[in-house]
Amino acid sequence: MLNQTKLEGKLLLKNGTVYQPENDKLQQQDILVQDGNFAGMEKSIEVTDDMQVIDCDGLVVSPGFTDIHVHFREPGYENKETMASGSEAALAGGFTTVCTMPNTDPPVDRQEAVQFIRRRQESLLVEIHPVAAATKNRAGIELTEYGDISAAGAVGFTDDGSPIANSGVMRRALEYSKIVDKPIIQHAEDLQLRAHGLMHEGKVSISLGLPGIPGISESSLVYRDILIAEYVKSRLHLQHISLADSVEIIRAAKARGVKVTAEVTPHHLMLTDEAVRSFDTNTKVHPPLRTRRDVDVLRKALVDGTIDVIATDHAPHALEDKEQTFDLASPGMIGLESALGVSMKALVASKITDLNTVLNRLVVAPRRVMQLPMEFYVPNSPANLTVFDPEEEWVFRKEHVYSRSHNSPFFGTKLLGRVKGVINRQHLVNFGLNG
Amino acid sequence: MGGLSQKHLLGLEYIPKSDIEQILDTAFSFREVLERPVKKVPTLQGRTVVNLFFEPSTRTRLSFELAEKRLSADSINFSASMSSLTKGESLRDTIQNIEAMKIDLVVMRHGTPGSAFQLSQYVDAVVVNAGDGTHEHPTQALLDLMSIKEKFGHIDGLKVAIVGDISHSRVALSNIFGLKRMGAEVTVCGPPTFIPPFIEELGVNVSYHLDEVLKEMDVINVLRIQQERMKTALIPSLREYRMLYGITRERLAGLDHELTIMHPGPMNRGVEIDGDVADSEHSIILHQVLNGVAVRMALLYLLLGGQEAKGGANA
Repeated sequence: MLNQTKLEGKLLLKNGTVYQPENDKLQQQDILVQDGNFAGMEKSIEVTDDMQVIDCDGLVVSPGFTDIHVHFREPGYENKETMASGSEAALAGGFTTVCTMPNTDPPVDRQEAVQFIRRRQESLLVEIHPVAAATKNRAGIELTEYGDISAAGAVGFTDDGSPIANSGVMRRALEYSKIVDKPIIQHAEDLQLRAHGLMHEGKVSISLGLPGIPGISESSLVYRDILIAEYVKSRLHLQHISLADSVEIIRAAKARGVKVTAEVTPHHLMLTDEAVRSFDTNTKVHPPLRTRRDVDVLRKALVDGTIDVIATDHAPHALEDKEQTFDLASPGMIGLESALGVSMKALVASKITDLNTVLNRLVVAPRRVMQLPMEFYVPNSPANLTVFDPEEEWVFRKEHVYSRSHNSPFFGTKLLGRVKGVINRQHLVNFGLNG
Repeated sequence: MGGLSQKHLLGLEYIPKSDIEQILDTAFSFREVLERPVKKVPTLQGRTVVNLFFEPSTRTRLSFELAEKRLSADSINFSASMSSLTKGESLRDTIQNIEAMKIDLVVMRHGTPGSAFQLSQYVDAVVVNAGDGTHEHPTQALLDLMSIKEKFGHIDGLKVAIVGDISHSRVALSNIFGLKRMGAEVTVCGPPTFIPPFIEELGVNVSYHLDEVLKEMDVINVLRIQQERMKTALIPSLREYRMLYGITRERLAGLDHELTIMHPGPMNRGVEIDGDVADSEHSIILHQVLNGVAVRMALLYLLLGGQEAKGGANA
C-alpha cells in the first residue's frame, strides 16, 4: 500500500537541489506547495508556523518523470497488472506520466478503448496517455481510425509486440498519421529473422544451446522504417533500441533530417547476454539483451542525443508466465520501480554522463517525443514533483515492487539513486521523506 | 577415490578434467562388471532414481534404466510428451510432485536448453541431464570419450570431426566441450545452414567440405539427420546431403589412413551414413552403446556417494 496523503495547507520543500528543465541545470531552491498546487520557487522561502516543512537537503527535486513505454495489461490481463497497480509502480519509480501500450485484450484499436483508459486514469495519481494500435486488432493489415482515436486522447500509434512487417502497410501508416501529426511507433524486429530465437545470437547463445536472435533482426527493420519515414516525411519513433548497428543507422538518419526518435530501456543500458547464462527467464526479453559493445554504444548514444529517451518497457508477467522453461516463458520484465536506480548506475556511477542529462532523458525528452505539454513548475496548477536521493545506493528487492508482477532480473542488484517522494494531483506519496 | 567436484551433472562446459577422468576410469571398472555372467551389484540398494523423459528417447532411456538396475537402485519412470505440457502446467509443478516422493536422483530429458539447470535449482535431489534440447547431453559425450579412449588409449592430440546438423543436435555441444577439455582438436563439418554462427568462439574449426576434413581426421562422429528438418528448408534435399556429407564406402576408400567412425544413434542408414560403413571394422558404434551403460553406472555411483560402497566397482 502506498503511503499517500491529500495535500492541504502549505508544504515547503526546503533546501532541495532543483532540476530546471529549460536549461538542464541543478539549483538549490525552496519550493512551496499550497493545497497541492505549485505556489512558488525561490532561493530561500521563510518558514512560517503554518507550513509543513520537508527537509530536502541532499535530495534532488524534479518534475515527475515520464515513461513513454509501459504495459498496464488492463483490460484483459489483470492478473499481471492493472492501471491502479501499474500507477503505484510508476509512482514508486518517480513517474507521474506514462504512455500505455495497446496490446491488451481487447486491444486499444478504437476510440472507446482510448476513452476507457482516459476515464479510468482520472482517479489515479498518474497521468495515463494511451498509445493506440496502428492497425486493427494489431494484425498489421488495416489501419485503425487515427482521427477518431486521436480525438479521444491517443498520443501515438503502434502494434508494439507485433511489429508492422508489411512494408506497404508501414508506408500507409506513416502517411496517414500526418493527419493527426502523431508518431508511428515501431517495435523494430523482423520476426522471420528472429524465428524461434530466445536470446541474442552470439557466443553466449552458442554455448547455452539456445536458438539465437540475430542483431540484423532489429537493424534491418530500423533501416527499412527510417527509409519509409524519410520518403513520406512522417514522424517515426523507434522503441527499445538494443543494438550498436541500429544506433549508427539512426544517427545517420537524424543527420539527414529524418523525423525519427528513439528510446532505450534501462535494462539494455545495463545488462548483456551474459546475464542469460543463469537461465533466469526474467532475462528473456524482446529485443534480447545484447553484448557489452552494444551496451557501451547505447549509453553514449543516449548521452549524445542519437537516442532521445529512457523508456522502461515495463512488461509485467505473472509468476506462472515466468516459472517456465526458457522457450515457454513470456518475454519481458518490469522496469518502473528500478528505472532511476538502474539508469543512474549505468550512466552516472559509470561516469558516462551527469545527473542533469539523465533527468533530461526522463523528464524533458519523453514529453518532446510524445508531444505532451512542456510546462513545468506552473504557479497555481497542481504541483508535479519527484524527490529522490541521487547518492543512495540500495539493493533492489521484491518488497520495493508495487507492480502486481515481480519479473525483474535486478533483484539483489545494488542500484544508485532512490525515489523518496512524489507529489502529483494534489497528493503526496511518501517513500521516505522526513518532515 | 573421492566423489566428483559437482553435485549434479548438468553439462560438460564447466566440469573439470579431473572429474571426467574419474568418471571414465570408474566406467572402465564397470565395463568389467558388465562382462561378468552376473552383471548386477548391490551398490545403490535402497536409493531411488526417477527417469523423467519429456521427450521420446529409446537408447538413452534404456541405457539409464539398465545402469540403474545393474546397480540395484529402485527406479521409476515418468514420461510426458512435450505437447502435453501445456503452458498452464509449469515444469516446476511437475517437478515438485516428483520431489514430494523423496527421490535421490533425477535423470531428465527435456526439449528446452537450461531445463536441467532450472530443475537443479528447484529440487534437493541430484540431477543428471539426459539431454536438454540443443544444449548439453553430457552422458552421451562421456560415452563417446570413453569409446575413443578405449580405441586409442588416449584422447589428447586426436583430431575429431563432428559431421552433420550441428545446430539442432543435442550431442554436438557436450562433445565439443568434453573433447576440448581432454585435449582433442575438434572440427565441425556440415552445410552452413546446419552450423550455427559464432561456433568458432568455442575453439573449433569449421568446414563445409567433408572430403578435405576426412583427410585429416582420426575420428568422425556422424550426427543423425532429422527428417523433420526438411520441412524448414535448411537443406534442399536428402539426396544432395548424402552426396555432399554422407559417409559412404566410396568416400572412405580414398583415404590413406584409418578413420574411426562413431554415431550416437539412431542411424538413418543410407542418408548420413551408409549401412555397410556402419557395420564395418572402422565403426565403434556398438561399443558406444555398451560404454553408455558403463558410463551411466559410473556416474550414478559417483554422484550418489562416490564412497567405497559394498560390492562397488572394485568388488
